[in-house]
Amino acid sequence: MKSLFAKMAMATTLGLGMVSVQLPAHADTKVGLILPYTGTYAALGNAITDGFNMAIEEAGRTDEFSIVTEDTEAKPPVGLAKARKLVLQDKVDVMVGVVSSGVLGAMRDFVHQSQTPLIVANAGNNLATGENCSPYIVRVSFSNGQINRPMGTWMAENGIKTVYTLAPDYSAGHQMIESFSAAFTAAGGEIAGSDFTPFGQTKDFGPYLTNAQSSGADAIFVFYAGGGAINFVKQYGSFDIKTPLYGSGFLTSPLYVAAEGDAAIGVRASLHYIPTLDTPENKAFVDAFMAKHGTMPSEYSVQGYDAGLALMAAVDAGGADKKNIAAALPNVSYVGPRGALEIDPATNNIVQNIYVYDTVMGDDGLTQKLIDTIPSVRDDVAGCQM
Amino acid sequence: MDASFWLLQFLNAMQYSMLLFLLSIGLTVIFGLMHFVNLAHASLYMLGAYFGISVSALTGQFWLAFILSPIIVTLIGAILYYTLIDRMRAAGPMNQVLVTFGLIFVILDLVRLGWGDIALGLDAPDALAHTVSFWGISYPAYRLFIIALGLTIMISMWVVLARTQIGAMIRASVENADMAASLGIHVGRLFFVVFCFGCALAGLAGVAAAPIFSATTTMGITILIPTLIVVVIGGLGSLEGAIAGSLIIGFLETFGAVLLPSLSAVLTYILLAVILVLRPQGLIPARG
Repeated sequence: MKSLFAKMAMATTLGLGMVSVQLPAHADTKVGLILPYTGTYAALGNAITDGFNMAIEEAGRTDEFSIVTEDTEAKPPVGLAKARKLVLQDKVDVMVGVVSSGVLGAMRDFVHQSQTPLIVANAGNNLATGENCSPYIVRVSFSNGQINRPMGTWMAENGIKTVYTLAPDYSAGHQMIESFSAAFTAAGGEIAGSDFTPFGQTKDFGPYLTNAQSSGADAIFVFYAGGGAINFVKQYGSFDIKTPLYGSGFLTSPLYVAAEGDAAIGVRASLHYIPTLDTPENKAFVDAFMAKHGTMPSEYSVQGYDAGLALMAAVDAGGADKKNIAAALPNVSYVGPRGALEIDPATNNIVQNIYVYDTVMGDDGLTQKLIDTIPSVRDDVAGCQM
Repeated sequence: MDASFWLLQFLNAMQYSMLLFLLSIGLTVIFGLMHFVNLAHASLYMLGAYFGISVSALTGQFWLAFILSPIIVTLIGAILYYTLIDRMRAAGPMNQVLVTFGLIFVILDLVRLGWGDIALGLDAPDALAHTVSFWGISYPAYRLFIIALGLTIMISMWVVLARTQIGAMIRASVENADMAASLGIHVGRLFFVVFCFGCALAGLAGVAAAPIFSATTTMGITILIPTLIVVVIGGLGSLEGAIAGSLIIGFLETFGAVLLPSLSAVLTYILLAVILVLRPQGLIPARG
């Protein structure tokens, strides 16, 4: 009995010893991932985390970065509390994440005052790199205007004269549609009608779809994401609407286009990334992602991946601590899976290509076919003072 | 706004009303009979959709999923009945609401673990995956099928409740359970049967809704509120109330969405407030 106990004690000691060997000797930079892991946006939070981890692992720099994850539940008060916890208790050097624009809005003043750099990996609120911009907030994902403005011009230039717009009734929905409509009318188009559907409550788009069709517009342009996008596209198909459907690219995101089925075929949309881009950087990324996860990457995984690349570039250019990362981030530029990327120091928003694509049936299910590229789309300085 | 507009929106409203009916009838009869507020009813709806998608993915047969999914949901309901609900019967409405509300989140996270966070879709069966043209409009056949399904269940439930012996037993138990028991009705067993039937209808609503709405982990919570409003407006515990309530809410939400889009989100709540002030027992409450 005694010897058994001794053996067990020894085994435990050895085991612990081995565990401690596997831990990094010291991590230079402490990163707080602040993302939704529960609730409506959990899938997005997980995709961004996967992308971020992949960037760090590929570079072989896992020892350099220690990562703390916090769940925002996509709720503004929770997000703010978690940001406080990461900065004050965990003393992170940099935060990465934020899916919901509401959470970003709630965190903004705290991030600014605590002078902790934040790499935004999704939330697209125009104001965050406009009126409410901060030298500590750098966005590597997109702004709502950036994705839709080019599509407005593109559609007008491609012979579409009148458009009916639909989007959920909340700030992102309004920003997406307003920036689209402004660019579309500036290029000579006309808005035939516009509806905003109650956010998060509308499951049945039948009434809106039939209305949009009877308006006689040349095309329908919409912004929906996640479950709303799936419902919308499927119902568009089941009503056999003849008016062509265009949208903000989240409408037919590779993350859930499979659930939309055949109804998604022929839907044209604009987005900052599609996994079928024919560049060596993207091919390498897609292959590595497929090998690891067995699925195609989505724009969300790329945003996480680019947040990782931007962070490493900032650490290399400046240093591993809070102050140097914040100073170096606005000057980061590199070529990633999305193409050539740079941060615009005037707004701290990313400058990137916008891709217009068609959803088509490929050999292994639905896939994205590139129609046009609008290069280096840069947001106006819209009231941003650093 | 010509005749085809009104016809289209009428069908949209009917289809939504029928889904609400399938959900609220189970909730209201369980409440009327057992005086039990089962908020987790909406989770059974979600489970119906997810099991339907899984069965359909495994077998490739929509109709098999259509039958199996409500059966699976009924079994889950039966387990819940014996482990929780039967024990909570005497605990009072506050505790029942707390327990079944908690159950919603437990089931939600179990679904997340099992099926993931990404919304899933289910294709309508080939026979119904087209549109039907009549009177100058074309309408998805699957939605017409849901309207027909809802009307069939509505009529057969009315026949069962009003014209058969088991219907008379249920009505007697709703009005006065003690008296019914003393007349020789096995009230406990009746409760169980009705509870299971309500669960089956919730599962059926879930699998029937899946081809129209995708299955998401939040679908249970989002449908719970309109369902509760239907039950409150219609009157607790009555079939007629559930029919009236689901038609009112279905039509109000559909026509509100197209005619008064900026007001549509509050219309139902205004109606709810008016009903609660003027007729708190609901439009057609069960006696008892």
